[in-house]
Amino acid sequence: MEVRVANVRKEFERFPALHDVSLDIKSGELIALLGPSGSGKTTLLRLIAGLERPTRGKIFFGDEDASQKSIQERNVGFVFQHYALFRHMTVADNIGFGLKVRHGASRPPAAEIRRRASELLDLVQLSGLEKRYPAQLSGGQRQRVALARAMAIEPKVLLLDEPFGALDAQVRRELRRWLREIHDATGHTTVFVTHDQEEALELADRVVVMSQGRIEQVGTADDIYDTPNSPFVYGFIGESSSLPVKIENGEIWLADRPIGLQAPHAPSGDATLYFRPHDVELLEGCSGCIAGTVAASRRVAGTRRVELEIGGERQRVEIELPVDHPAAQKSRVAFRPGRWKLFPAA
Amino acid sequence: MADPEIKSWEPHHDSKSAAVTESRPAQAVLMAIVFVFLAVFLLLPLIIVFKEAFAKGIGTYLQSLGDADTRSAIRLTLLVAAISVPLNIVFGISAAWAIAKFEFKGKAFLTTLIDLPFSVSPVISGLVYVLLFGAQGLLGEWLKAHGIQILFAVPGIVLATVFVTFPFVARELIPLMQEQGNGDEEAALSLGANGWQTFWYVTLPNVKWGLLYGVLLCNARAMGEFGAVSVVSGHIRGLTNTMPLHVEILYNEYNAVGAFTVASLLAGLALVTLVLKTLLEMRYGAELAATRGH
Repeated sequence: MEVRVANVRKEFERFPALHDVSLDIKSGELIALLGPSGSGKTTLLRLIAGLERPTRGKIFFGDEDASQKSIQERNVGFVFQHYALFRHMTVADNIGFGLKVRHGASRPPAAEIRRRASELLDLVQLSGLEKRYPAQLSGGQRQRVALARAMAIEPKVLLLDEPFGALDAQVRRELRRWLREIHDATGHTTVFVTHDQEEALELADRVVVMSQGRIEQVGTADDIYDTPNSPFVYGFIGESSSLPVKIENGEIWLADRPIGLQAPHAPSGDATLYFRPHDVELLEGCSGCIAGTVAASRRVAGTRRVELEIGGERQRVEIELPVDHPAAQKSRVAFRPGRWKLFPAA
Repeated sequence: MADPEIKSWEPHHDSKSAAVTESRPAQAVLMAIVFVFLAVFLLLPLIIVFKEAFAKGIGTYLQSLGDADTRSAIRLTLLVAAISVPLNIVFGISAAWAIAKFEFKGKAFLTTLIDLPFSVSPVISGLVYVLLFGAQGLLGEWLKAHGIQILFAVPGIVLATVFVTFPFVARELIPLMQEQGNGDEEAALSLGANGWQTFWYVTLPNVKWGLLYGVLLCNARAMGEFGAVSVVSGHIRGLTNTMPLHVEILYNEYNAVGAFTVASLLAGLALVTLVLKTLLEMRYGAELAATRGH
């Protein structure tokens, strides 16, 4: 089921949580809403679910306007951050709940509900735990039951709010792979909220980066990482370094010297140069480069991270070098960014 | 929320710990004061109630119970409890639901208002109904014209009882529901349940022990209420006398055995309530923890 969010605005007590957000979600897509806390990602998810109503704008399921439909009518599977399993019901009763509360002919007989619950438990690899209560399960198992319960109603869309937020790192990684497999097997259109960029980039077909109630960028993991379209995305996704620069006649200057990068279409004036610390080219002689004094050097996993003080203003930037690179021993290092981007000075 | 590790956590108070600085004799004196106080003010009267009730033997005790007015008082008390407790359940759940699950203006005021009967003298609450429904009261004329008798009749007694007892269920449920939040209800709705199903299958089971606890206390108070009921009842023997009122009348008539016989029933109710309350606290202490403190 395609989901289209059209110019949605949401206010809580006059305080805007989302400003004019539009988003097209393709059928069968696994899409991540990524952003820091307060960016509006959970609000957007709850609006799609029908747990909140938009102040303005519309939400379409396929061609149908679902904006005024209740959550029951929307037929979405929602997985809550803290699972919200019914603690007084067994695992099987939790999973069967959505079928049990149906009315009339659409309600399957009890035996059929039990069979469906067992089937879903197999799918989430928890066979045999039908009779357990939520309190007797580990966090990871509870999350799987919550997903099975959401899938039991054959939802048009699966919505997951920080699905792995309360789990420890190893279980998270495991469940991440598992969720991808489930998604590929069932083909549900799936939207999940996360503040963990690694999770978003690894798991999702497309990532929606959000900040302060707005969508900053939508794209595949490669798009987002390689061509961030705003300083926020540059700073939020992966490591980034930035320097205040000046543009004159299409050439980029750092203080009083050109750094050997051309920006023919950029307007003259102040700007900020963004690049990835690991995506730099080290230079020997310096005619058109960024040069700085080594202020600090740290070994981080497989690389060495060097902090440089640049120019008279003592602006600091970080670059990453291979561990055994000779430049790491020097007191002065000259480099030029490989891939970079200019944004107007803030 | 449902973590068993968190539930079982409780501060440990070890009498030998360094935090206790009082000397052993001082501790002994303090404990002795508490025990003597409880014995004199609580245990002794309780014993006397039963001793006096059985002062002339079990035959007289049963005979007193068989008295028509006494039986009528018991029936009336049971009837009043049977009406006011369910009303309280409905009101308590509605109030707790509204306060815990919705955001609205005047919420703090409503919460304070619910506590009003705890802070107002029961006699005042009885008088309010007299002013409202009495012959010279606001609605007196109208009621008389329509032949409706509220004061000095069962409806008045029920109203007064509901008034003094209505915080019990609500006060138990509000903190419990607030602590549990909306997550489970939202989950049920997202699975297609309607409001009634959500309440019946999810909300109610989540608060059932707190509810039972509230009902227990509410029932004890409903059966034992004296002041408010005394004002509105009119003390008509065999008609509008509840058990507490009947105790007073019998005692004023120097019928000690009769008075203490009825009193022993009330005391028995109190004991049963106490035992059930303790059992609930032992078994479901963690779930009730949020509601403790009054």
